Order: sequence, then C-alpha cells, then structure tokens
Amino acid sequence: MRRSLQLLALALALGMAAVATVPAGAQTVVGVTPTEIKIGNTNPYSGPASAYGTIGKTIAAYFKKVNDEGGINGRKITFITYDDAYTPPKTVEMVRKLVEQDQVAALFQTLGTPTNTAIHKYVNQQKVPHLFVATGATKWDDPKNFPWTMGFQPNYQTEGRVYAAYILKNIPDAKIGILYQNDDYGKDYVKGMEDGLGAAASKLIVLKQSHEVTDPTIDSQIINLKNSGANVFFNVTIPKFAVQAIRKAHDIGWKPTHFLNNVSSSYASVLKPAGVEASRGLITALYTKVVTDPQWKNDKGFQDWVAFMKKYYPEGSLEDDSNFFGYSAAILMAHVIKQCGSDLSRENIMRQAENLKGVELPFLLPGIKVDTSPTDHAPIQQERLAKFNGEYWELFGELFDAFRKN
Amino acid sequence: MDILIQQVVSGLATGGIYASLALALVMIYQATDVVNFAQGELAMFATYICWSLINAGLPYWVAFLSTLAIAFVGGVVIERVVIRPVENAPILSIVMVTLGLLVICNSVAGWIWTYLQKPFPSPFSANPIKVGNVVFGAHDLGEIEVTMLVLLCIYLFFRFTPLGLAMRAAAHNPVSSRLVGIRVGWMLALGWGLAAVFGAVAGMMVAPVLTLEPNLMGGVQIYAFAAATLGGFTSPGGAVLGGFIVGVVENLVGTYVSFIGTELKFTVALAMIIVVLLVRPTGLFGTTVVKRV
Repeated sequence: MRRSLQLLALALALGMAAVATVPAGAQTVVGVTPTEIKIGNTNPYSGPASAYGTIGKTIAAYFKKVNDEGGINGRKITFITYDDAYTPPKTVEMVRKLVEQDQVAALFQTLGTPTNTAIHKYVNQQKVPHLFVATGATKWDDPKNFPWTMGFQPNYQTEGRVYAAYILKNIPDAKIGILYQNDDYGKDYVKGMEDGLGAAASKLIVLKQSHEVTDPTIDSQIINLKNSGANVFFNVTIPKFAVQAIRKAHDIGWKPTHFLNNVSSSYASVLKPAGVEASRGLITALYTKVVTDPQWKNDKGFQDWVAFMKKYYPEGSLEDDSNFFGYSAAILMAHVIKQCGSDLSRENIMRQAENLKGVELPFLLPGIKVDTSPTDHAPIQQERLAKFNGEYWELFGELFDAFRKN
Repeated sequence: MDILIQQVVSGLATGGIYASLALALVMIYQATDVVNFAQGELAMFATYICWSLINAGLPYWVAFLSTLAIAFVGGVVIERVVIRPVENAPILSIVMVTLGLLVICNSVAGWIWTYLQKPFPSPFSANPIKVGNVVFGAHDLGEIEVTMLVLLCIYLFFRFTPLGLAMRAAAHNPVSSRLVGIRVGWMLALGWGLAAVFGAVAGMMVAPVLTLEPNLMGGVQIYAFAAATLGGFTSPGGAVLGGFIVGVVENLVGTYVSFIGTELKFTVALAMIIVVLLVRPTGLFGTTVVKRV
C-alpha cells in the first residue's frame, strides 16, 4: 500500500515535471525527435470501403522507401495507420489515439468524407495539421473556420462546374438529364453543375433521377431519363452503377452527350466491363493519369511508380488508380516535410503546407500543379476534359481552373 | 405508353434477379427451416469461383457446371462444419452464425480477389431484342428463363422425388422423420448443398449485369428477402412471382408516384416486407406451418 502510494506520488511528480517543461503558448514540437517524425493516418482496411485501404498501404510503402533511402533531413518517417472501417465513431477513437497517445506531428490522408467530418472540429481544436485528406468533398477548403485542415484532390463541385462550363459553351440546345447517388457525394456534383450553369440551370436541366447505393440496378432511372428527351446525360455514379448506366443507355438506343464523373473513369473497372462500343464518346474531367491508359506507358512519373510498386508493394495492383494516388499523395507529404527544414513544429508544418507553389506530382496530368496559400486549402484545382476514343481517354480543350472565373 | 411498357419490362428483368436469389432462400428454408442470411454472399463467392475457372481457360459451360458442383460440396461442408454444432441451439444462434458467414465470405472474397470490379461473361447474346419501341435485353430474357427452369426443378424435386419428400419431412418434423428411417442430419446438409447450387446459379446470372465485386449481392439480398416474404417462404413459385412483383412495383412507383420518386424506391421494398408480415405473415402463397409444441 505504502509502496503504491509512493509510486503514485512519483508518477504525479514526473507528470507535473513533464507539464512544467512545456510552457503554455510556446511552440511545441510534438511527434518529432532528431531521428524521427511521426505521421498519423486512418484508412478503411476492413468494411464496405476497404477497396480504398490500398491507399494507406501504398503510403506506408512509400515512406518505407523514403526511410530506406535515408529519410528526410536525417529523420525517418514513422507512419502510424489505423483501421477505421470507414465508420466515423471508430475514426474519432483512432484519431484521438493518434493525437493523444501516439502524439503524431500531423495527420495525413485520413480517408473518407463522413469519417473526416467526424474529426474535423477535434483536430482543429487540438491544432493538429490535418493534411491532404483523401476525399473529394468541398468543405475541406475552409481555412477561415478550419485553418488546420487541407484537402487534396479537386472537389466534386469543381468538377461539376467544369462540365457546366463546357455545356454552356458548346451545346446551345442542351437538355440535361442527371443521374446521381442520393448522398453528399452525388449532391455535391449536382450543386457544382447547377452553380456552373447559373441562372440557366432550371431551364437546362430537364430531369434529375437519384439512386441509393444499395439499389441493385438503375435501369428504371435510365429509361426515365431517355424518356425526358434529354440530349445531355450527366452521370454521377460509382463504378458499379456507371457500368450499368453506360450499357443500359446504349442498349435502349439513347445517345446523349454523356458526361461521366471522374469517380468512374477507370478503364479496367468501368469502360471495359461496360463495353468499348458503348463507352466510345464518353466525356470526363481528369486531373490524373489513368494507370490503365496506354498513353502513359512511357511517362517518367508512371514508370517510376511501376518500379516503386514492384519493389515496395508487389501485392498491390498496377491496374488500381488508388495506388498511384496514394503514392503521389505521399510524395507531396514528403515534400512538405522537406520544405519544413529543421523546424518541424505543427505551426511550421502547416505554414509550409500552405506555401506550396507549382509542385508537380507524378500522377497529375501535364500542366496541372499543386498550389496552396493561407487562404487556399485546395491543393489541386485544375482539370482537363477527355473523351474516350475506344482505347483511352483522349485529352481535349484547355486546362480548366476552378478559381479562375470562367 | 412506351415508357410504361419499358418500365414494366425492366422491372421484370430486375425482378428476375430478385427471384433467382429468393429461390435459394426458399430452398434452404424448405429444406432446413432456417433463413440463411449468408445466401447472397455464398452466391457471390461461387460466382468468383466460376470467374476464376473461366480465367483459367475453361469454356463457360464447363466452368458453370464445375461451379455448381463446387458450390454443392461447399454448401454441404458449411452445414457439417459450421451449422451442425449449433443445430439444436435457439434459432437466434443459427441466425447469428449465418450473419457471421456473411461477413466472412465478403471479407475473404475481397482479400482473395480484391475489390476491383470484374466483368463477368454472359452465356446469352449481347444484342438487345427490339419489339416496336420496347427493348428487351437478351441476357434479361435468358436469366428469367433460367430462373423458371430452376423453379421447375425445385417443384419437381420436392413434389415427386423420394429424396425431396424426405428432405421436406426432415425439415418440418425431424423427430418423426428419424423414426421412419430418414437420415435427418444428411438431409439438412443436402439442403444446404442444393441451396448453394441455386444461389450459385443466381450469382452467375446476376454478375453479367451488375459486374462482379464482393458486394455483388448486398443490395440484391434485401430485395430477395422482400420477394420471398411477399410470395411466401414456403412457396418457391410464390417467391419467384414475389420477385417479379417487387421489381415491377418498385419501377412503377418510382416513375409514377411523384412523392416517392427514385429517392424512396428502396423504402418501397422494405415497406412491402413490413406490410406483408403484418397482414399476411405467410406471404401470398405460403402455407401456415403448424408445429406441435
């Protein structure tokens, strides 16, 4: 008894000493030692979204490569990644563990819209850099209210605007039919399209049809869209439904100008199963090189990635764009750490993340670059339109920048 | 008018998908008195096996038949290994075991074959058939035919073969069946095997439309439950008809009832389950199972 009391007293004293060494308000360097920097992450390694878990694995593999090559400024990266099964309560638990127990310097590429929403406030209260989140929602770019959070890929609304701008310019008699998934993802796209069309939206959009992610088929919706007389089809669906939509439209002889959201632009998992004939002429907005697209076979960035995959993540698929995505995101994170130099305080990590100018990443299309500033937390904002020519996505038109007023 | 007919045709095609899985659900219920929540996932797993066989170079029909054989053995083994130990446990325990199977099948399929979607071949022509302005998918028609064929087999099997009759007896009254010399344990295992076979047929018919991925049957299964509940869990014919009704009603309601629209289509299926259970728990064609207690 006495002994345990003594231990308790000792523990308390040590605890106070530890607190005392960290004066309030001073810059604290959490998660960093002269030989190490800790980066935290959550990914869905199990559960319904586990297809995306490969992103976390790719990032871990890339940081291993960095460490094998000597680390950054003499420090090795310790990448701590936990499974949140794509369930927000689990994400909260895991992120609290990362921040309070593991004491990571920053969070990076936490994956998913609902999951990041759950930790959005917490990480900003804790002032932990919450960098390059792996989701296309629009709300991550809000530095005024959430200065510690930063997005990564172009958001869905931006993409919706890209199509709207094209339609306004090139299809004067457009009658637009929209198929969208009935959740934030689908609605974000629709909002982008409507905002982009502006006052003309209510006139140009003749029919909107939604579907649930649990629906087995969307045939009924396609029939209604055809029947509405639409000559433009804005297809906001995930791969499983995109395949059906493309095929069904083709089968029932509906030939609109078909805009397919970038989410489903994969050749292997959408265009090929849907049928090359049915897919010919589809238009999408791209910001990345699609890995199964033959035009990148000799591209340096692509080849480097293939070599990396073979050495550090051989069980990962070379047909899965997520692996190119995770690799490129990890390169950006490494870039930020390098740019921080010797000051790896959370404040400086954030400052450097806000100060990226014209950074090129291997998976970005030629001409597209990463740009951030203290008022711009959306690193990638440019996209290009591409048309499927039966073999690959053929780029056309100029670079579309969401923040340039088109 | 064209749109009405086209919506009905499309509803029948989708209904055929629900019906095929509903048949497997009814099959196992008739043969073992258990509702198997893992039926859809077992079907998905069998479909992956077929896909692997085709990719290994086997012709479609060889792969198809081999898959049926593998599914049968798999079903029997699962009954022997997983269900047998809880055979006499309360029904909830068995339900929990089938739910566990569901999760395991889904994750293992993702682990082996990844979550990337795979195209799955159809044995039927790819060209749609046009009658006037209405389009029929050749695969949809073929799939409905196959479902009908399976239905016929089930009907004949349970009605006219001694084995089928023995299986029904074993499910409904194990004690008496044992007394007249039926090997009840093996009958239940056989029931699982056959249900797995019908599930595999459903999976291989559904996959060309939905493309193959581990969540192939997730949504379908809920509709299949609606179909089986509507038609009656004790009636194979009722379950098939239930599938078609669910498919068509869902399309028509989604198209013509504006406050429901496409947003509440899914709710219609769930509402059907509840209404049927409240008004006529045995389903349209089911018979009340009377049990001595």
